[in-house]
Amino acid sequence: MSEPLFVIVAILTLGGGLGVVATRNVVHAALFLLLSLVSVAGIYLLVFAEFLALVQVLIYGGAIIIVLIFAIMLTRSQEYPRISDNPQWPLAIVAGLAVFGVLAASFLWNLPPASEPEGPGLAKIGESLFTKWAVPFEVVSLVLLVALVGAIIIAGRAGDRE
Amino acid sequence: MPLEAFQVLSAALFCIGLYGVLARRSAVLILMSIELMLNAVNINLIAAAAHMDQTAFTGQIIAIFVITVAAAEVGLALAIILRIFRNRSTVNVDEVDLMKW
Amino acid sequence: MRIVDFFLIILGLLVLFTALSVVVLSLTWLERKFLGRLQRRLGPNRTGPMGLLQPVADAVKLVLKEDILPSSADRAIFWVAPLVVLVPSFMLWVTIPAAENLVLRNVDMGLFYIIAFSVITILGLVLAGWGSANKYGILGGLRSSAQLISYEIPVIMVVIAVAMMAQSLNLIHITNFQLPGIQSITPETARLEAGIQNVPFAVLQPLGMVIFLIAGLAEVGRTPFDIYFAESEIVGGPFVEYSGAHWSVFFLAEYMNTFIIAALTALLFLGGWHGPFNPTSPQWLESLVGVVWFLVKTYFVILVIFWIRGTFPRLRIDQLMAFAWQVVVPLSFANILITGVFMYYGWPWWSLTLMSLTLSSVIGYLIYKHVTAPARKVAEVYNRRRMIERQPRRQAGRQSSGPSAGPEEAVSGG
Repeated sequence: MSEPLFVIVAILTLGGGLGVVATRNVVHAALFLLLSLVSVAGIYLLVFAEFLALVQVLIYGGAIIIVLIFAIMLTRSQEYPRISDNPQWPLAIVAGLAVFGVLAASFLWNLPPASEPEGPGLAKIGESLFTKWAVPFEVVSLVLLVALVGAIIIAGRAGDRE
Repeated sequence: MPLEAFQVLSAALFCIGLYGVLARRSAVLILMSIELMLNAVNINLIAAAAHMDQTAFTGQIIAIFVITVAAAEVGLALAIILRIFRNRSTVNVDEVDLMKW
Repeated sequence: MRIVDFFLIILGLLVLFTALSVVVLSLTWLERKFLGRLQRRLGPNRTGPMGLLQPVADAVKLVLKEDILPSSADRAIFWVAPLVVLVPSFMLWVTIPAAENLVLRNVDMGLFYIIAFSVITILGLVLAGWGSANKYGILGGLRSSAQLISYEIPVIMVVIAVAMMAQSLNLIHITNFQLPGIQSITPETARLEAGIQNVPFAVLQPLGMVIFLIAGLAEVGRTPFDIYFAESEIVGGPFVEYSGAHWSVFFLAEYMNTFIIAALTALLFLGGWHGPFNPTSPQWLESLVGVVWFLVKTYFVILVIFWIRGTFPRLRIDQLMAFAWQVVVPLSFANILITGVFMYYGWPWWSLTLMSLTLSSVIGYLIYKHVTAPARKVAEVYNRRRMIERQPRRQAGRQSSGPSAGPEEAVSGG
């Protein structure tokens, strides 16, 4: 049962990704990104990581896409000439295919010992986050704070700092 | 599903994101491609933790940190893009080359 | 999964969709009648007996209206936006239990699932405003997203406090936790239940319920928080270019969201389907009485929501944002703090009620003083002028001109 589901979700993810890198309209690219990220949440559900799937939907689908659409609106990206590709895109395709070849070969060469996927459950993640990973947790919250304060200062109103 | 399927999927998504970073001109589109790459890494981490590390699930905890740092980075990068747009009226990264040789 | 299970799920989805449509229609009728009565008028009473066919008339009108697509609007986004608003609202309904065994699919992290998918609705409003190619639409979309994101935080914090008390994110567990005499769910909760009386969480956390209602109202976009799409404020905001069947999708989503907020209040704070007369033996009778109690509590909360709509004026966008960030968010964090303190020290259950009520009354008093400060200042100046105006008549005839001359002299002199 999980095989056809995996194929469907994988097609949605890769299709969304291809839409992001191939379309000319910036807002359509944001919508393709939303499709791709929500499909990635579906992949997390396939390995029974339910908490992470919901976190993915909440943070990416709910916050990051909205911020991206705000940025598209405020920079008026869709009004400028719609030539969205570099002149070096053939090289980019070659580079992408080469990296994919190397990665796929390394994943398929020596198969690691793997068992059936199992989900951790919310209690285990919470316990882990607050006992073993408590210091990185606090550091990451500090990183968030610093990044957002920095973003507010950098994007402050024109004439505020001059 | 075997673990290799998830890993090859993550490699494919990573390379799609890589193509986007290298071939797109608009800074916002490059940012979206970076998000694709980060998500590909997350898929790999989570699938590996679910298949192989079923006592401690380290990969999934690290994936939480990756999601958080990616969110912070998107906010900051968009603030920088807005600033550049305000100063130069463009988000084309080819035109922001004052300090190039 | 067998074919039978698959068909049962499809049947359940159809039943859910039908029930939701009937509920939404009944809500439109109920709102107009109730608001009419609050405003000392009758409400709709021409279409059908007591206006009961009014929702049908509304639906027919909306479907028959012409669907306009602005010429410079982005067609894909214009069409996708109503879907992005409606589909998450419908997805939330899949996990809401109407009785203990009347739930389509009970997710173990039901509360978190509800929070995660209610955040996607915000994106739909931004896309709707953007896709309309209308200045006021874009402005309304931006304002709506600011408002909805700001009020999402108190909702999440209050839900966290409830989950802390019930030690579970499962909606059925949380509702059953509020029944007196329930057995502990896990050994960990048995340790905590020593201090927690199994009463509805409205008694334990009244502040939480008030914050949930206020922030939930702001999430749905009902008065007094409906400035981002009000007709007289911003010509409909993100919905300005939508007409006919497209707009009815947004209308449907708004009423479904209102019903979700009311249903969640009933489940999380009022005890869901538990009531004094619950039979336990025949399965179908127990479910039926459970559903009846659930609907009674939900409609009670909905009537309170309509009552608030008929009573309070709209908040301006800056008042709304100031209220969110300066009052509701700190209060929701304080709510988590007092819940945590109560649980850690193992105080008796009424101490949480006491702390909650004290905090809410202190904040309520401060808000009252802040809001009525201009009126009190005017009253004070008026009283002072009247007292001064009385004095010249007692003096020896120097200012024996009428009372109209006295106050000006006194005010200019003092």
